[in-house]
Amino acid sequence: MEYLLLLIPILPLVGSMINGTIGYFIQKRYGGEVNGIIATSTISISFLIAVYLFISLLNQPVEDRKILLNLYNWVFAGSLSVDFELIMDPLSALMVLVVSGVGALIHLYSIGYMHSDKSQWRYFSYLNLFAFSMLILVMADNLLLMFVGWEGVGLCSYLLIGFWYQDIDKAVAGMKAFITNRVGDFGFLIGLFFLIAGIRMVEGEGGVVSLSFGYLREISERLSGVHFGSFGLLTIVGLLFFVGATGKSAQIPLYVWLPDAMAGPTPVSALIHAATMVTAGVYMIARLNFLYVYSPLALTVVAVVGALTALYAATMGFAQTDIKKVLAYSTISQLGFMFAAVGSAAFSSGVFHLMTHAFFKACLFLGAGSVIHAMSGEQDIRKMGGLKNRIPRTYYTFLIASLAIAGVPGLSGFFSKDEILYRSFMSAYGFMGVWGYIVFFLLIVAALCTAFYMFRLVFITFYGSEVRAGEEVVHHIHESPRSMTSVLIALSALSVIGGYVGLPEIFGVHSGLEGFLSPVFEESSRILNVPSSHTAEWIIMLLSVGAAVVGIYGAYRIYYINGYDGAKPIRERIAPVHYIVENKYFVDEIYNLVVIDTVKIFSYLLSQFDKYVIDGIVNLAGRITVVFADLDGIIDKYIVDGLVNIVAQGIKFIGERMRGLQTGRIQDYVYIMVSGGFLGLILIRVLIYFMNR
Amino acid sequence: MEITIRETLLIAAFLFSSGIFMILTRQNAIAILMGVELILNAVNINFVAFDRFLFDRVDGNVAAIINIMLAASEVAVALAIVICIFRSLKTAETDRLDSLRG
Repeated sequence: MEYLLLLIPILPLVGSMINGTIGYFIQKRYGGEVNGIIATSTISISFLIAVYLFISLLNQPVEDRKILLNLYNWVFAGSLSVDFELIMDPLSALMVLVVSGVGALIHLYSIGYMHSDKSQWRYFSYLNLFAFSMLILVMADNLLLMFVGWEGVGLCSYLLIGFWYQDIDKAVAGMKAFITNRVGDFGFLIGLFFLIAGIRMVEGEGGVVSLSFGYLREISERLSGVHFGSFGLLTIVGLLFFVGATGKSAQIPLYVWLPDAMAGPTPVSALIHAATMVTAGVYMIARLNFLYVYSPLALTVVAVVGALTALYAATMGFAQTDIKKVLAYSTISQLGFMFAAVGSAAFSSGVFHLMTHAFFKACLFLGAGSVIHAMSGEQDIRKMGGLKNRIPRTYYTFLIASLAIAGVPGLSGFFSKDEILYRSFMSAYGFMGVWGYIVFFLLIVAALCTAFYMFRLVFITFYGSEVRAGEEVVHHIHESPRSMTSVLIALSALSVIGGYVGLPEIFGVHSGLEGFLSPVFEESSRILNVPSSHTAEWIIMLLSVGAAVVGIYGAYRIYYINGYDGAKPIRERIAPVHYIVENKYFVDEIYNLVVIDTVKIFSYLLSQFDKYVIDGIVNLAGRITVVFADLDGIIDKYIVDGLVNIVAQGIKFIGERMRGLQTGRIQDYVYIMVSGGFLGLILIRVLIYFMNR
Repeated sequence: MEITIRETLLIAAFLFSSGIFMILTRQNAIAILMGVELILNAVNINFVAFDRFLFDRVDGNVAAIINIMLAASEVAVALAIVICIFRSLKTAETDRLDSLRG
């Protein structure tokens, strides 16, 4: 049974491999649907296995609800020992169900959505690879393996955003996502190093450092005693991990990549950039709850950043005119809600919202995809309107999901959002103090804004008398195929019923989800000991409903009749503010100026340094060599050759003087011979004379 | 007057000097060859004289005979050369035969 665990991530990997290697030939021979069917069936089987394991988990007593699969010792270096270990505990099980379930639906939807694309094999290979990475991420039983999944989903995100890479803007968006994520991952890695260093200090010499979650949970209390300077180890680690989470889950300040990530195919936006990958940060903090509870500071930072992001991104949703961009900012905002929840130590609420958000946001994105499909690729909501009766299935599912995200009572978003609001408010009486009120206030305003911008979108897109697009586009409007609408219906159904697994206690029932997740979170909640109050919960529920109603009513008043133009008087009155919000607070420009331009200037300086200093030195060396060679040449030419020539000249000179002796006449020779004989005689006589002396 | 080595060597020296003089003064190639013969014969007299008066053996005589034979063959070759020169240059005057001048 444990080995079924391995099958869950391996099946999508196999599907990815099949499509990645022979997919091209499959598409050519049998058509792209076959690629889609292969990919969809692998992830669907994974989902079925996950359901089976989930049920078998439920059949066990609460404390035994954990399946571990230790495949082998993966990293063994010095005192570090990490196993390749997969886990299925309640938290993992829930995540696996969401990832494989929503994933399977979106794979199915993609078959219809991508039916005319030339390289579906590539698309489905990436999508399956993403499913594999994400499943590894949520099933890993140690931080290192989780990091592998963490990087894997980042890679797939990059590949899928830049899927239509012939369009330079889309390729750039992919790179932006990847690089921004790398910034976050850098923080995550440093946090990991700090954690390993801290465990070393706790374990002492010779201790074995493991990174598995069970082990970390055991030593978390001892780790809380470790300090680096004036900061606790767990505060540092928690904050650094959160930096990683801000990258992956698009929180302030690293959220900028997510709106651009909408360049990818719409199902990708739904799966990766709304339902699953971006929630990895929330999952990570929830998974490491036993570390975070020992650092109220880190938790407070998480909550405040999350709440700020929730409101900030929601306001940006007001001024966007691209249907997918609105949903992207909505995603950022909802992720902010989740972080506010886990930051308020309401881990199960965060995971609850993660789950419901996966349902309704996937439904919204796929609905948007269906709208775009109907509008022949048009994404500008100003050109839409009146689509209500033309694409009714899309409209109703979109409406249900919008009601859910806005927090209308009875739908899933209401329960999860209400719980987050309540828990963040109560945390003010726990560890967070006054920050708790601030977080609560930000969130309730964000909830109001959410309702407003979602219904602004609904009213502009679906209401009004006519479609404000060209004749050809209008003529072409059609409801999407069954394979797409059935997915929309399934997801909208989940958006409705998804909330009932986590009914609040004030309704007189025990929260099913919280009970299910309690083995993972119970200890942490006990340590922090946040009080609860039924009165507060009732009041907050009323407030939250009020916020939703006010938001929807506001959108109705402004946009119901005239669509986008309905907001014209307001836009004109607050023109400067609108201008700033419409341009996303100029954050991209500021980042461009501060980060990218700095890097560019620095690289330019370096290139100039290279060009003038390094190349200069090299050229100087070359020049010096040339000069020396010239000198050497001169020496060779004038001194060495000169010496040789002098010898030759000398010999020539002597020869010219001596040639006169050879007259060619015999008598001359004889004269010389004879006189030489005489001279010799005389010399001998002289020598003898002197020797005898 | 008894003939001793002194007189013999004087005759040889006279002959040698005459040969040298002939070579230096005569223009004709054949006359020069004659001077060479005189020098050779002066040497032969010396060989014989030293043998006769100093050592009383036959080695010097043998050397003189070899010398005579050598002179004969030398003259044969030299005369042939002179004839060749005369034929090609129409002269045997040594002053004109200076084509070996450096």
